Amino acid sequence: MCLFLAKVGFYMTEQIDKALAREYEAGFVSDVESETFEPGLDESVIQRISEMKGEPEWMLEWRLSAFREWLKMEEPDWALVDYPKIDFQAISYYSAPKSMKDKPKSLDEVDPELLRTYEKLGIPLIEQQMLAGIAVDAVFDSVSVVTTFRDKLEEAGVIFCPISEAIKKHPELVKKYIGSVVPKKDNYYAALNCAVFTDGSFVYIPKGTRCPMELSTYFRINEQNTGQFERTLIIADEGSHVSYLEGCTAPQRDENQLHAAVVELVAMDNAEIKYSTVQNWYPGDENGKGGIYNFVTKRGICHTSAKISWTQVETGSAVTWKYPSCILKGDNSVGEFYSVALTRGRQQADTGTKMIHIGKNTKSTIIAKGISAGKSNGSYRGLVRMNPGADGARNFTQCDSLLIGDQCGAHTFPYVESRNPSAIIEHEATTSKVSDEQMFLCRQRGLDPEKAVSMIVNGFCKEVFKELPMEFAVEAGKLLEISLEGSVG
Amino acid sequence: MSNTKSLLTIEDLYASVEEKQILKGLSLDIKPGEVHAIMGPNGAGKSTLGYVLSGRDGYAVDDGSVTLNGEDLFEMETEERARAGLFLAFQYPVEIPGVSNLEFLKASVDAQREARGEDAITSADFLKEAKAACKQVNLPISFLKRGVNEGFSGGEKKRNELMQMLLLKPQLCILDETDSGLDIDALQVVAEGVNSQRSADRSFIVVTHYQRLLDYIKPDFVHVLSDGKIVKSGDASLAHELEAQGYAWLQKEPAEDELEG
Repeated sequence: MCLFLAKVGFYMTEQIDKALAREYEAGFVSDVESETFEPGLDESVIQRISEMKGEPEWMLEWRLSAFREWLKMEEPDWALVDYPKIDFQAISYYSAPKSMKDKPKSLDEVDPELLRTYEKLGIPLIEQQMLAGIAVDAVFDSVSVVTTFRDKLEEAGVIFCPISEAIKKHPELVKKYIGSVVPKKDNYYAALNCAVFTDGSFVYIPKGTRCPMELSTYFRINEQNTGQFERTLIIADEGSHVSYLEGCTAPQRDENQLHAAVVELVAMDNAEIKYSTVQNWYPGDENGKGGIYNFVTKRGICHTSAKISWTQVETGSAVTWKYPSCILKGDNSVGEFYSVALTRGRQQADTGTKMIHIGKNTKSTIIAKGISAGKSNGSYRGLVRMNPGADGARNFTQCDSLLIGDQCGAHTFPYVESRNPSAIIEHEATTSKVSDEQMFLCRQRGLDPEKAVSMIVNGFCKEVFKELPMEFAVEAGKLLEISLEGSVG
Repeated sequence: MSNTKSLLTIEDLYASVEEKQILKGLSLDIKPGEVHAIMGPNGAGKSTLGYVLSGRDGYAVDDGSVTLNGEDLFEMETEERARAGLFLAFQYPVEIPGVSNLEFLKASVDAQREARGEDAITSADFLKEAKAACKQVNLPISFLKRGVNEGFSGGEKKRNELMQMLLLKPQLCILDETDSGLDIDALQVVAEGVNSQRSADRSFIVVTHYQRLLDYIKPDFVHVLSDGKIVKSGDASLAHELEAQGYAWLQKEPAEDELEG
């Protein structure tokens, strides 16, 4: 009897070990000759970044003022994550493939090794091979490698280009909106990003235009000891509509790498922005060695009757600190947040959203699904604030946590501030386990344990997956399946 | 009949849950096509038998052997036993939120087909079969789209179990108190479903506390399980005897033997 139970215990441990030893499929390193700054950060480094990018003077000034603010700020420690102090002087703040120095004019001039990298990741950049209907901006370490389908987008008046290019070609738009949603001093990592951001995507959708295709940015960290500080700015002018997808991976390395991005969304009157993320940064090994620190500030502002919808599926990173938020400034504006956050091994995630209701009859919906396996910790942290002027505002929040195994943790930290008596706030939270009964039922019907877990977890995430664009929903389901391989015995 | 090869042979089975021995020397032989009813008082080990046979975690086999079609059952994982044709209809079917009945059933059927070296069933064919099964157990078609057992009533859950049985076409069906919590109409639906599946190569173990179900599903054999072993076996008339006299007289028997001795 004891022997039998011991066998069961062994079997489970074995399965979990197998899951943790699972290979990170995007963990390869590309052999690309790079030009990388020496580690270290001071004003001269920022000047050099600005110089490399050929930026105008105002941009450099903006960076330097952010840097001076950053020096005065303290690293936040309120999140439920635990990691050794980051030595910001040990990080290199710029790395670019050498072949990008004289920027290629067309795809034919792009280093084939770079194209192969993206192909290996399932993102072919040759337009003929691409999924029709998705334009991609591929960011490799500190620079944008290529942006596809630009001609077609230009016909519609849509601007989709690397932000470094937008700074030069569309300075009036960048100057007006950069830092308008996430101010320079907003938080420690945002301030750092303002000082040292290297590339990212810029999107402008003109008035009344429905963007003719999905826009997508694919971020890849390759170089060792570098941080990635990308910056994305999306402006949807009055009555326009855009769906934007973001994907991320990094090689498998023993050192931790820092990713501190800023994303700003501006939805003018009656505009709609749908922003979807499938994040699969390297999560570190089973002992918590290596992996990406993902400290990201994402925020959007909604003007009258505008809508911003954040959908994210987060499976990677060693430590995640991320709260895509909506400022519902205009009357009748709508904010949505749909999230699946999966942690396993020793991953830690503190993620959620902020919905700031300022305008009248503003509405927000939050559906957050956390899945914890292994020895990981997942936290939902969310703020719903109803300002005094937010008459008739409504929020609905649903936080569900699913635990797999008995060594993981799930935590929920909802913050609610209502200063308007007519506002209605609803909050529902559940915690459940993949139960022995569910597993037994599935296996009794002939399903193997891995298939059973992935089916149960997919069912748990259904409400979020249905918000993703079709291609991403399939990818997200697969990603979960791979991530969960053998996590239950 | 004795020449026919056995489908299931249980020999002197001892099994425990949480270090407490529940089955204490149970033996049973089932041939293809037979329906065996297992009756007995609460705590006799009726449900434990179903769980031990189907391989639920936490149910430990201490001694004895079980073969299914001549194969050692305890050498197989839970899902392998299912693929070998063993089906358990649960007494308390569990919910799997967000996973549709159709998705779950197709995955189950495909897993079993794959084990037999067959291709996955096409969605169109499966939908046709599933709709027919739904109709047979008197569930609206819409139940195929709902989450597995999600928000189903007690009776609906039992009928859903039966639907799974119809689609998986197992060789050995273990019905664990399928009658509990069913009103007479639902009971009839379930019984008709089971009866429609009776065939020369499919056997049933019908576990029940009450004789009522056996009015609808006529067993070939009735066994009384008490304190972890079969204390009495007979034909269908034994069930009526039990209904009239209860289980107490069976449990007293050994005491009387001791007095005489």
